[in-house]
Amino acid sequence: MNSIDNETIVARLREQFQEAIEKDDSSGDMLTVTVTPDRLHDILRFMKEEPSMGYHYLTTLCGVHFPDDPRPFGLMVQLHNMPANRRVRFKTFTADSDPVFRSLTDIWPASNWMEREAFDFFGFRFSGHPDMRRILNMDSLEGWPLRKEYPLEDPFRKDKDDKMFGR
Amino acid sequence: MSKELTKLEGYEGPGFLATSLDKAVGLARKNSIWPLPFATSCCGIEFMATMASTYDLGRFGSERLSFSPRQADLLMVMGTIAKKMGPVLRQVYEQMAEPRWVIAVGACASTGGIFDTYSVLQGIDRIIPVDVYVPGCPPRPEQILDGVLKIQDLVANESLRRRDSQEYKDLLASYGIE
Repeated sequence: MNSIDNETIVARLREQFQEAIEKDDSSGDMLTVTVTPDRLHDILRFMKEEPSMGYHYLTTLCGVHFPDDPRPFGLMVQLHNMPANRRVRFKTFTADSDPVFRSLTDIWPASNWMEREAFDFFGFRFSGHPDMRRILNMDSLEGWPLRKEYPLEDPFRKDKDDKMFGR
Repeated sequence: MSKELTKLEGYEGPGFLATSLDKAVGLARKNSIWPLPFATSCCGIEFMATMASTYDLGRFGSERLSFSPRQADLLMVMGTIAKKMGPVLRQVYEQMAEPRWVIAVGACASTGGIFDTYSVLQGIDRIIPVDVYVPGCPPRPEQILDGVLKIQDLVANESLRRRDSQEYKDLLASYGIE
């Protein structure tokens, strides 16, 4: 079975995509590769379709927001090579507060709902997505709830006295 | 069952009882309430215990749950109602025939509870009128039974004309229903 190791994966990616690979880190639970947003789609397609890689399964995809970072908005994708039981994580970051990523639905149809979730909670848009609308929150919600500046508490409540609730 | 639960006021003699129509209808209604359980979380688990043998809601004439809102008398909302669920709950309420009553079981249904957050409805009385609130997180079955008995009091003593009153129509209009 395919048992390609982390060093070989990174070497292959750097050979294939050069400066699009920003960073790699094997110290955590799995190989984590940081890439540029514009090449993310190509890199993930390579990870799936290149026979020596074989990361055919999309485990998860979600948005992230680190407000103190120079590039605060990002996307995290995890892939799984089931025959070899190996996983890899990809991250990509952007300074654009209204980013548009290329949809992965043409590679993995399963990314449809995950991208809708990232849109619902972070406001990220995905070009080429067949049905880009909210998935979990009500359609009339304003704003993007998992961005750090979003107020956690229901902003429409008027009956709570701050003196009583320690705020 | 104790006599107090079914006793009617009126002129009583051997073998007959003369009372008002309101009271006779109230007696019949209060002992045959068909609840519609709208259970979304842990309060619904407590409700299962309330229905089961130890607590046995059937003792109070409510063993027949109605899973269709069209035949239900009492909407029992048990659990957190997300804002996305709000229109669904409202539609269920609108499908119920008059007379209808609503009981909010637990902190979440009553006020949003610990979920003071953008996605959770801060009490179902923001979208539908509520007759009885049962506090607790979750309330014990005894508390739910107590809430149902409070509903029975309302049902027994309700005027037959209440649902036609201007006050009631204004109440529904304030929620934008009908």
